Amino acid sequence: MNQTLEKSIFEYSRPGRVAAAQLPPSGSEGAADAVRAALPEALRRRKAPLLPEVSELDAVRHFTRLSQLNFSIDTNFYPLGSCTMKYNPKACNQYAMLPEFLARHPRAPESQGQGFLECMFELQEMLKEVTGMSAVSLSPMAGAHGEFAGVAMIRAYHRARGDLARNEIIVPEAAHGTNPATATMCGCVVKEIPVDAEGDVDLAALERAVGPNTAGIMLTNPSTLGVFERKIGEVARIVHGAGGLLYYDGANLNAILGKVRPGDMGFDVIHMNLHKTFSTPHGGGGPGAGAVGVAARLEPFLPVPIVAHGEGGYRWLAEAERPQSIGRLSAFMGNAGVLLRAYVYMRMLGREGMSRVGEFATLNANYLQARLRDAGYELAYPTRRASHEFIVTMKKQARELEVTAMDIAKRLLDHGFHAPTTYFPLLVPECLLIEPTETESKETLDAFVEAMVAILAEAQADSAKLKGAPYTMPVRRLDDVRAAKQLELTWKPPQAATMAG
Amino acid sequence: MPFIPHTEDDIRSMLATIGAPSIEALFDEIPPALRAKGLDGIPPGLSEMEIGRLMSERARRDGRPLSFLGAGAYEHHIPSAVWAITTRGEFYSAYTPYQAEASQGTLQVIHEYQTMMASLTGMEVSNASLYDGGSAVAEAALMAVRAHRRSKSLRVIVPSTVNPDYRRVALSTAGNQGLRFETVPYVRDSGCIDLAALGAYAGEDIAALVIQQPNFFGQLEDVDALTDWAHAQGMLVIAVVNPTSLAVLEPPGDWGAKGADICVGEGQPLGVPLSSGGPYFGFMTTRLELVRSMPGRIVGRTVDLEGRAGYTLTLQAREQHIRRGKATSNICTNQGLLMTAATIYMTLLGPTGLAQIAEVSLARTAQLVAALTRLPGVQVAFTGPRFHEAVLRLDRPVAGVLRALEAQGVLGGVDLSADFPELGPALLVCATETKTAADIERYAAALGQALQASRAA
Repeated sequence: MNQTLEKSIFEYSRPGRVAAAQLPPSGSEGAADAVRAALPEALRRRKAPLLPEVSELDAVRHFTRLSQLNFSIDTNFYPLGSCTMKYNPKACNQYAMLPEFLARHPRAPESQGQGFLECMFELQEMLKEVTGMSAVSLSPMAGAHGEFAGVAMIRAYHRARGDLARNEIIVPEAAHGTNPATATMCGCVVKEIPVDAEGDVDLAALERAVGPNTAGIMLTNPSTLGVFERKIGEVARIVHGAGGLLYYDGANLNAILGKVRPGDMGFDVIHMNLHKTFSTPHGGGGPGAGAVGVAARLEPFLPVPIVAHGEGGYRWLAEAERPQSIGRLSAFMGNAGVLLRAYVYMRMLGREGMSRVGEFATLNANYLQARLRDAGYELAYPTRRASHEFIVTMKKQARELEVTAMDIAKRLLDHGFHAPTTYFPLLVPECLLIEPTETESKETLDAFVEAMVAILAEAQADSAKLKGAPYTMPVRRLDDVRAAKQLELTWKPPQAATMAG
Repeated sequence: MPFIPHTEDDIRSMLATIGAPSIEALFDEIPPALRAKGLDGIPPGLSEMEIGRLMSERARRDGRPLSFLGAGAYEHHIPSAVWAITTRGEFYSAYTPYQAEASQGTLQVIHEYQTMMASLTGMEVSNASLYDGGSAVAEAALMAVRAHRRSKSLRVIVPSTVNPDYRRVALSTAGNQGLRFETVPYVRDSGCIDLAALGAYAGEDIAALVIQQPNFFGQLEDVDALTDWAHAQGMLVIAVVNPTSLAVLEPPGDWGAKGADICVGEGQPLGVPLSSGGPYFGFMTTRLELVRSMPGRIVGRTVDLEGRAGYTLTLQAREQHIRRGKATSNICTNQGLLMTAATIYMTLLGPTGLAQIAEVSLARTAQLVAALTRLPGVQVAFTGPRFHEAVLRLDRPVAGVLRALEAQGVLGGVDLSADFPELGPALLVCATETKTAADIERYAAALGQALQASRAA
């Protein structure tokens, strides 16, 4: 790779340069006068904002070059555990970006959006079918937003029954950080419980944790440890028995798509990461989409709007039709364009394709797990089947060679592979969480194993080399401590930066 | 099998390596009683050609009417380069930039975005974006309560001139944490915050005052006086602004003597398509001293092992993956792709282009208001300066008039009767640089006919 770093867009800027084709059409000449006439002096901006003054070609080249500094699914294998970095089909993007879909205003009447609304209604129906839930709302805009909606519904459900003491959310210690953060955002108290040596929830600890204050439990299944929670039936009995509800974090839904449905496992509320399981793009950190599904008793609390179908066609249900709703989570109706991409993906896969997702995601993970084990990597849960992902622990290498999981991760970049998730889940020391997804070929997985073999050999022969990785990226390891202490959060002209420093 | 590359040989050899007789056997840890019985409710798969036809047919059905809708989402021209670059796979299919060395492109775009947003809003620091304008207002209210050092007050004043959907989102999001939102009415003549009613809160223990500029009606508030008043009461000021307007309007950092404390808004006008309401992005900027209370991703510039400049996510100690239950927010993503589009948009427009877009939009709305109020039975509801939206009062019920306009291919505005019944039949209209003089004439002619038909009926 070895690109030289691209300078800041502000360094290309020259006073008075404009991308003239982007200025408003001629015939607008009097506009500036109209502004002066309409706006009192005190309300007007006095100093122009710091925006670049560049040509269109400058801009295109700069941002194209920046794109080339990134790893992405389109350019590299991206086995990032818990993130489901599968191929994002180009058709999903193209057909979500048809001009009429892009131009539709969120407040356009339903009569001017029947095509769009039909897609949304069918998406709700398909998501109900694959998850085994009774009703779905598409409005949450990310996984964590869906989590928020889910826990808020659990609270609203208990409150509506006059069950006001239930404010405790139980979370296994392996859970995503968003789970406890969400519970706090919903005004709940978090109770963490341990898992046993084989990765299942510690049932005795769960029995002790539940009680009259239990609002619910948040679980990911397969769990973040990369294994199926085998005692899910007992967990459901214990939590339901105590009057609590079960929340399913859909982060790992890809593992079981078409094989097991959260609704059949006893879950009352779920969120789905459409940007994982249903292949909408991650976009360098969003937009996501975190649709929520619920069992019948929670349906009145779903966030609005929801699409309904009746004699007059498709229409939105809002606060008036859903008085018990937890309300509106976005100004309009969520990440509609992302939802269209998920719709296209699900229709292309269809019922046969959908049930193969879980199968081949699981086949790839178990294959990679077997090959890495045979190559000398220690598995965190060697007695278990991998789900769609699995954990390797480098604790032995860390002790004997002072080589960490982070070193392995950084060295993989030099081999052209994105690093697996590192140091998550927190309870497995020096871990790499590896998720290949179903869209990768055997050749790619084999090439990844070869790189891992080479890295392990290097760890034994020349650990200092390994600890200096990466060498071929646009930058070497970055000084994170300096970044947090000497805050440089905006670009400053060179002389100003010197003066401030 | 769409998007699954395995041959029969691959499957056989992979199963042999695993030591499993079949793919089915890999699911043997799942209790049999829980196994799905098939997905009969999902239709059979479609080829790319078939789904292409289906989607094109549905899109055609929705059409492209002439729209004068605004109310939080605005139609602007989007330069072709914006989405041509944004949808490059290297941006489109990358993850959150946790592996900084392999994500310098995304990280530098965020840093440039932070610079542009901080300057546009007149603040010192920006995060890497939030979900949308509504959720940004909710996050700003939560942040103000955290950052408010004088007291532990959970009360925030949100005047009725703030977008009613933002008020709803703030309540759904922050109500569970005990935040209480106080509403202040507007003056019937000006459509701006009623300062006398606001004055009733003087001396009370309140964390923040929210000021939307231009406000939901498109009218311009006296932001300097409001900011100074709030600061005198010990409240923080949360500015909710339209980014296009800031090319010509005083930025929140300059409001009053000390400037607003937190600035948020809907980023959609900066190169993001209307797309039925999303994906958009919310922006948030603030003063440096409050940066540790700010939610969301933040990128900083630093150096690598060899002393070269590079970019990385920073101040992560605030975030959920480190702090878990004690994080500033459960936010995990930003709206990376939309923020990328906005950065390219602001680059292509520059200070000159963005100012011209703002000026032309203001002028077009003034022309629209002039053309429509020439019709009998149409009056402008509020006096005083406005940006690119206006409230019109009609002498007929709005819903029927809008339906008649729709039949002529014109989306005439947003009916305010549900949220603001006290206004009577009232319509919020908007014209940006995308509307020509001919478009405005077409609307005026259609409205004239619709009103006439309504009176005759």
